[in-house]
Formats: sequence, structure tokens, C-alpha cells
Amino acid sequence: MSTTAVTQLRLVSIGKRYSGTKALDDVSVEVAGGTVHALVGANGAGKSTLGKIIGGVTRPDDGEMFIDDRPVRYTSPNEARTDGIATISQELSPMPHMSVIENVFFGIEPRRAGLVQFRQMRRQFDDLIAQWGFSLNPHAQVGALRTADVQKVEILRAVATDSRVIVMDEPTSSLTSVETSTLHRMIRALRDRGTTIIYVSHFLDEVLDLADTVTVLRSGRLVRTAPAADETEESLVAGMFGAAAAAEHFEKRPHSSAPVVLDVSGLSRKGVLNDISLQIRSGEIVGLAGLIGSGRSELARAISGADPVDSGTIAVDGTVRHIRSPADAMAAGMGFLPESRKDDGLFLALSLAANTTFADLHSVASRLGVVRRATERAKTRELLDVTSVQPPNPSAKVVSLSGGNQQKVLFARGLLRSPRVLILDEPTRGVDVAARAAIHRLINKLAAEGTAVLLISSEIEEVLGLAHRVLVMRRGSITREFSADPPMEDVMEAAFGLGGRTIA
Amino acid sequence: MTAPTDPVASDSLAAVPEPGNQATGAATAPSVPVRIGGIAIPGLRIRVTPQHIRDYGIIVFAAALFLYFTVASSTFLTTNNLLNIVYLNATIGIAAVAVTFTIIAGNFDLSLGSIFALSEVLGAWAAVHWGVAWDFPVAIGSGAVMGLINGLLVTKLRVNAFLATLASGLSFGGIAVGVTHGGLLITPTNTAFTFIGQHKAGGIWDSAIIFIVLAVVLQLVLAYTVFGRHLYGVGDNRNAARLSGLKVDRTVITTFVITGAACGLAGLIDSSMTGSGTSSQTGLAGQLALLAIAGVALGGTSIFGGVGSVWRTVLGVLMLGMITNGFDLLAVADYWQNIIRGILIILAVALSFAVDRRNS
Repeated sequence: MSTTAVTQLRLVSIGKRYSGTKALDDVSVEVAGGTVHALVGANGAGKSTLGKIIGGVTRPDDGEMFIDDRPVRYTSPNEARTDGIATISQELSPMPHMSVIENVFFGIEPRRAGLVQFRQMRRQFDDLIAQWGFSLNPHAQVGALRTADVQKVEILRAVATDSRVIVMDEPTSSLTSVETSTLHRMIRALRDRGTTIIYVSHFLDEVLDLADTVTVLRSGRLVRTAPAADETEESLVAGMFGAAAAAEHFEKRPHSSAPVVLDVSGLSRKGVLNDISLQIRSGEIVGLAGLIGSGRSELARAISGADPVDSGTIAVDGTVRHIRSPADAMAAGMGFLPESRKDDGLFLALSLAANTTFADLHSVASRLGVVRRATERAKTRELLDVTSVQPPNPSAKVVSLSGGNQQKVLFARGLLRSPRVLILDEPTRGVDVAARAAIHRLINKLAAEGTAVLLISSEIEEVLGLAHRVLVMRRGSITREFSADPPMEDVMEAAFGLGGRTIA
Repeated sequence: MTAPTDPVASDSLAAVPEPGNQATGAATAPSVPVRIGGIAIPGLRIRVTPQHIRDYGIIVFAAALFLYFTVASSTFLTTNNLLNIVYLNATIGIAAVAVTFTIIAGNFDLSLGSIFALSEVLGAWAAVHWGVAWDFPVAIGSGAVMGLINGLLVTKLRVNAFLATLASGLSFGGIAVGVTHGGLLITPTNTAFTFIGQHKAGGIWDSAIIFIVLAVVLQLVLAYTVFGRHLYGVGDNRNAARLSGLKVDRTVITTFVITGAACGLAGLIDSSMTGSGTSSQTGLAGQLALLAIAGVALGGTSIFGGVGSVWRTVLGVLMLGMITNGFDLLAVADYWQNIIRGILIILAVALSFAVDRRNS
């Protein structure tokens, strides 16, 4: 492992276009060797694109990149890897069916006469593990690992291949706070050995805590590159958005007299959910907090018919409904926004109109099942207006929208059937600050109109900012209940007894 | 917007709009021809991008091939010859337009030929034993039942569609041989049996009319109905379709049933053309799945689902037929036809992959 040579990186006038819009425009950045260099910006600002260009994942249209003053032009992540630049992102996953050790040493297996030297490989692996203080089963199948452990595999691989530059794209978005601080310790250790880290993140507190230098991007343009010590969260937000975007606080009125809309009783699923009962009244937002694996998302999926249950009843407006599929749940008056909009939510190749009306096409079709285009467009426009999708063009394809607007399209579909109950699983994940605020206002407005809302979020601020009541889940059971605006520390302690930024 | 300074083709490809931007791209397109990673056509106020080539190149190519054969052969551009192309490809076309539904919904069907053969044999058997009137419902009905079996295998048993239909096709084909006692023909001695296959209405073979009518109906269903929209949704993102309240299994099964019934219809026509029911896999039955799916792919429908249409399949099938016909007229050897068809399919699929990859 080289501990002396530090690699510096220079990007000159980088430009990248997608679909006619400029994802990056004339961006020049110098990255000093052996530092943690953060890239921040709103969604669509180009921070991920810049990270991908450095890692060879994406090719720039314009501009040049220099490594130690040597011009480079990567056409694939592998080319960048051979130059000592590794990328760690959730989009570039390792080989899921291979073991941890096979992944770490893939392509660099110690060999003799073409035969893999398994013993030597194992020794090297143990050395790496000891060096980094990980606990990782070398024979575990990577596909079965948690995100945090997959990242450890990626980091080990980067270190094993002697990477001098590591690009990390939103590495902590699925990590718990404990895992996040472990990752940060590793990043600092890597830096101290001379590794250069490019850290793409929208968690500003992390960035300020970790980075030596911060580059702020806005709409594909460079705002500034400055020492992290000179920045504050406020100055970064101001740089990212131009005008300051303050976090909104919502007033919470008590709902004890409103009628119960959703009444869940004794819901159980072996090994996942344990005798869950909860009630949500009309106009009430109930926040669900808990660690990953506590059963938050599983509860949402069980209520909305996405996953089966073993026992329990679900009543909407006082009527017990038999819910065996999402279709049943929707017929009962529920709307569900799943956790992953790409995997479970949107039809990326289809238009905004097709995405919005999919949940109830018959409502915009003739009796014979022919879709009335004009009706469909009008209905879509109406819902895009409610959810403030930009641009509200029903014929545009969803894939062309930013993450925040994609999420709003998901809301538009969820509202199509005017649900009595809305179940929102991570409604603002991967969404920029402005879209997040718009979504928060929308949730509050829907509740004010009488919708019962179940809100699940890894971000405690989001739950506390919106919820009239907070339920905490742990190991498949609801363990605590708080009324509006509980102290954050109490909720976190109930979730896992440790401090931290997120309770995920 | 400026022209890429680098003339390397792959670099200029990078400036291609994402698929989602066709609609918005049109609104922002400059009103003068601008060269953006494609071909600018002077005088036309559009810009041709690889996305356009991927989506509409097949039309240009079919037209070019058509023109070439028209010029090269004096008999190509005659009403009789063109109708003959449609007639000769009617059975493949019927199976192909139907399996387009299955493929758009994200599945696959390799059992087309075997459904075709077994339906044909069962229909002919019914015609012989129960009367000619039974041929029609038995052939189409048995095809639908076989499609239902495929659909249930894929949805309820969760067998991969590729394997499920490969396996079911083997069994269906085996049953057909069993029914005919080892590939012997069943020959009904009744002229009514040969009506659909050997009759013309207004100078056009009935089978060609059936193919075209079916294609038009299926295209309209796909483009304008709730069911058609559901197919695209299921093919694009099956999970999202389910969570949007769609009974996905039911939709998928329906596509297999439609495909099965269409193969039954194709089998009926085939037996009516020859006046017999055969289980032989050496004829069309052995090739049907590959030819039909080749037509679907050549037309530009994605083999991974979510993207495509019936008119594309019609174009793809007719192009394959046109190549056979044109080269026959020009007396080009058979093996050349297959070589060229193979190259065409690879080009079409590779081009669409290349464009899609740039866009993702």
C-alpha cells in the first residue's frame, strides 16, 4: 500500500448534457491529494454526475480531467479503477452471488500458474480486516448483506486494489447513525494514509464534520470551492439554492374528537410484525419511527396489501376490510407510496399521464375500456397542479424529471382515487430541500382536508416536524407512543437508546 | 445548443435526449436544422437523433428495401405479389402480433409453434370426428387453453417464462405427435374445411384479411384501452403495477391466453390451407416461435418489455417476408436470405441497445 504518494485531481471546464439540459456546465475543480473533498448541491445540481465523471462511470461531453497533471479520459469505471480511482455507490453494486472475499479480490486474486492461491487470499483478507477493524464473514454471500456491510466490502476492495482516489456517492443514505460514524472513522483513516476521498452527499452536517474542502454546485454550475472550515450549514444551503430555504414548522391541532379512519388491530406476521394495533383519526398525521429492520416499512406494506399477514384486522371508516392485495387496499380507500420509487413506484419509461392515471384507468376511460385522452390529460394536469410537479407536462416521460418531481408524480397517482388513508414510506428520500418542503406542505394540506396519514421516515426531523403523534417500532412491535412534538432525544432513545442524527 | 466539437460518433451520441424527453424535446427544438449527434436534414425543421433512428429507423429501412426490390425486380411491385407476401406470412403474422402483447408485458413465449401444431391437429381431429363446424372452436379454444397453462405456469408457479414455455412447448408438441400417431396427417374430406385457407374475398386471401384485421384490432387495444396501458405498465415495472392496484397475474395470464388463441387460429388457417392437420415440426410449426419473435424484435419492440407496439411487429414480419419474396424474385439462394435476415435482426436489436444504453 502506498502511503506517501498522494494523488491530486484537476477538472477543467467539465460539461455534460442530458436531454438538452446541462447537467454540468463549465465546472472546474481542483482536488488536493490526501483530502476529503465534498460535493454538495440540490438534486439535479450535478454533484452525482461530477462524481460519476471522476469515477469513469459517466463520460463528460466537454472539458478535461487531469490526475497529477496527466490528462485522462475514462470510458468505464474499470479504466478508472486501473488508474487507482474506485467508486462506491449504491448504483454500482458488487457481484451478489459471490462471497465477500471473492468480491474483494475479484480480478486481483493472488495466483500462481493461473491457479487462485486461496490460502494467500485468505491471509491478505485477514490482514485487511485486522487493519480496518471490521468484522465481516469472508464467506458470506454479498447479496445477503446489509448495505453497511456491502459498503465495507467495497471499501476493502478499494483498499485491496490500492486505490488512491475513492469516490463515494451518498454513502450514508441507507446507514444508521452508528454505521455512519463508523464509515466516517474509516474515511478519516483513509485520508490520513494519503487517500483522496470525493464525498458526494446531501447531508450537510456530515459534510461539514468530515470534509476538508467543499464544492457547492447549483443547476450544473460551480458556485464555489471553499475550505469546509469557512462554511456553515446555512452558507451551504444559501449557496445551493441562492435564496435561503428555511425548514417549515407545522402547527399541530389535537384530533381526539375526529372520527377514526384507519383502525388496525392485532396485525401479525411471523418474525416480522408482532400484534400491531394502531388508530389514525381523520386529519391526523401519525409518524412511525424506528430502526431499519424494526418493521416500519413492513407494517406499511402489510396494511397496504403489498405483503401478506398471518392475522389481524384492518378497518377503514369503521368497516373491516379483507385486504389481500394492493388492489383490495385501494378499494378500501387507502393510498400507498412505497419506499423505493424506482423499484416499486414509477414506470420510468412511461409518461406522467400514464403514471398518474395507472392506479385507476377506468375512471378516465369509456365503459368499453377505451382511455379518453382528453379526460386523462385534464385529470393528470389537475393532480400535477395539486402536487406542484414541474414541468406539469402530461406527455413528458417520468425518467426526464428530477427525483423530487418524480416523487411528486408518485403523490399524484396516490391521490388519484382520493384516498381516506395515505401511507407514506420515506416520502422525501433522495429529494432536494425545495421539493422536500413542497412535499411537507402537501402532506400537511392533505391532512388538514381530513385524510388520515401514516408517515414513515428515517429522518427524525421529518417525523417530528409533521406528526401529530409518533409511534416507535422496535423488533416488529410498537414500543412507545408520543404526542405531538416530543423531544427528539426521547424518540431516539425509544428507537435504539443511542444518540444520532437519523433513527434509521 | 452547440455542436459537439469532437467528431467521434460515440461522443456525439452522448448528446442524445433521454427517451423521456421526446415530448419536451420537441417543444425546445430549435427552428433551424442543428446537428446534434445525428443527421440534420436541410430544409426539414427537425433534428434526427439516434433516438429517432431507434424508434423509426425500421420504417426507413423497410421503405428502402421496398424501393430496392421495386427497382431490381419487375414483378415485385404488383398487387398480386404484394398480396402474396401478406398471404404467405399471415400465419406467422397472426402469432407475432399476439405474442407482442406477451412480450410488452415483460414475458416471453417459445411455445408458439407447438400450440400451433397441437391446435391444428385437435381442430382437424374434431372436424373429422365431430363435424367440420367444430374445427374453428376446437382449434382456437385449445390454443387458448394452452396459453392459459403457460400463463398459470408463469404466474402461479413463478417459472421463468422462457423456461416455462420451452418446457410446455415440448409437451404440447409431444401430444400433437401422439394424437396423430407419429406425425401422420389427419385429413378431413370436406371442402368447408379448406374455406379459410383457400378462399379469397374480393381478390384477397381470407387468411391475409384475418391477419390484417387482427393486427389492427390488437394495435387499437394496445394503444387506446385500459388493458393496453396495463400491459406497458406491467412490462415497465411489475412491482409498481401491483402496488398501483393492478391484478398483475391476471393481466399476464390474459396475454398468454390471447397468444395461445392466436396460435390456434394460425394453426386452423394452416390446416385449412393444406387441407390436413399435421403435427410435423419440420414445417412452419418448428420455426413459428423464432420467426414470430424475430419479427417482433426486428420491428423494435423491446424483448425486456414495456416498449413496443403491434404495428412494429407487422412491419417486422412483412420485412422478413419481403426479403424472402424479393430475393426469390431475384433468384438469390435461400441461404443468403437467412444470413441477411439474421444480420438485420442483430443490427436492429444492437442499435436499440446502443441507444438505450446511452440514454440510461
